[in-house]
Amino acid sequence: MNLDDIMNAPAPASQWVLSEDCRENGLSEHDVRELMLGRIREMRDSIERGLKTQAKSVTGMVGWNAQGLWDAPDVLGAPLVKRVQAYAMAVNEENARMGRIVAAPTAGSAGTIPGALLGVADHLGLPDERLVMPMILAAGIGKAISRQMYISGAAGGCQAEIGSSAAMAAAAVTELLGGSPRACVHAASLALMNTIGLVCDPVGGYVEVPCVSRNAFYAVHAVSAAQLALAQLESFIPPDEVVTAMAQVGRMMPLELKETAEGGLAQTPTGLRVMHDMERKV
Amino acid sequence: MIGPVMIGPSSSHTAGACRIGLVARALLGHPPEHARIGLHASFAKTGRGHGTHLAIVAGLLGFSPADPRLPRAFEEAQGAGVNYEFTDVDLGDVHPNSARLDLSGGGNETSVIASSTGGGVIHVVRVDGFKTDFSGASPTLLLRYQDAVGMIARVTALIAEDDVNIATLVCTREKRGGQALLSIELDARLSDHAVRQLATLPEISWHRMLPKVMD
Repeated sequence: MNLDDIMNAPAPASQWVLSEDCRENGLSEHDVRELMLGRIREMRDSIERGLKTQAKSVTGMVGWNAQGLWDAPDVLGAPLVKRVQAYAMAVNEENARMGRIVAAPTAGSAGTIPGALLGVADHLGLPDERLVMPMILAAGIGKAISRQMYISGAAGGCQAEIGSSAAMAAAAVTELLGGSPRACVHAASLALMNTIGLVCDPVGGYVEVPCVSRNAFYAVHAVSAAQLALAQLESFIPPDEVVTAMAQVGRMMPLELKETAEGGLAQTPTGLRVMHDMERKV
Repeated sequence: MIGPVMIGPSSSHTAGACRIGLVARALLGHPPEHARIGLHASFAKTGRGHGTHLAIVAGLLGFSPADPRLPRAFEEAQGAGVNYEFTDVDLGDVHPNSARLDLSGGGNETSVIASSTGGGVIHVVRVDGFKTDFSGASPTLLLRYQDAVGMIARVTALIAEDDVNIATLVCTREKRGGQALLSIELDARLSDHAVRQLATLPEISWHRMLPKVMD
């Protein structure tokens, strides 16, 4: 399935994705929904753990950001934004502590979907059961993207990871808020279009900086994309063409900027110091 | 794409690496006693920071990517009597997240090259020197045999009799009439009876019925 198929499916898009998935895997729709509800509960569990602690990560570069934001005053008068950011960072800080998380679609980008989808749901007071079908749509969007490119920082840069997670989250939030299949896929496309080119330059080679804050930013990015798409704004470039462009940019990106820690933030004086210190420690 | 549930921090370097360990353990057919683990490209460069070393050893011990013992895999390995050593290797034109595992245990030996391609997905690309391609996402039958006319027909007939569908099939051989490796991804596990029948074919020198390593 590609993005065009999902866009032209009968509403809701998630039901079409679910039927296709079940035909492919030989699973029942009930089983897939139960599995997804279990994943949502795992996500919630990682958010709760992450918001409760300031325990440092493996390197000590992160660990207090989610709780710090959660307890900070809401200076913008925008509780949704704060919630989405805190949830996203809670998951990624758990990840950086070698805690238990749900890859979505990867571990480095695991905070974006729970941040955006659970954040919006909690803001609106919606139960987890309402998130099952949007989450199935998110999985379908990820699968459609992965037909054209490997979803890993090593193969495609951060755009492949966080871009995919933001696109998946954007579609899921759009469906949760009643968007059509067309609106959902355009939300995904808008999110991707505005992530293209993002490099993977993890400091010290660790999934911590900039990964933790990046999940907060791109969870909000996904919510923005959903807002635009629900107002009938569309991606000028057709969604599957955007994925093709992202895959092409991923191939053109130098190896130094694809998870090798040989460029970008990883090669700043501070980045090099972290790498040096950790080599002695680990 | 939503999943696996896993111990952080990286789906390709941690969860995928753990699954590479799991599939190699299953290929050995015995808990490994000694493991030589060669890390390639990005696995070698940034693996340490991602717990790749821990995750591969965890997989060799039979732990799943969500197992809370994963961060303590080195201590667990010591307790289980598993010796391991890491080296950096250049495996040539393979995915940047790849590893070569040379295992021995219980009198068995195996050599596996596998790649972790993102989101915890893996591809086994070589077994004992033979090119192959399977993902561990479904039960997989592997057979080593003497290349001969009709071998694939006989094997697939037995699988059909067991009422199991074939998803993918990759066959490679060293040369005409030489040793061959057949990897068959299945929609379900073969019955023990069918596996025993396969094992009685005189050309077959080695077989494994691998369970799926993805949840």
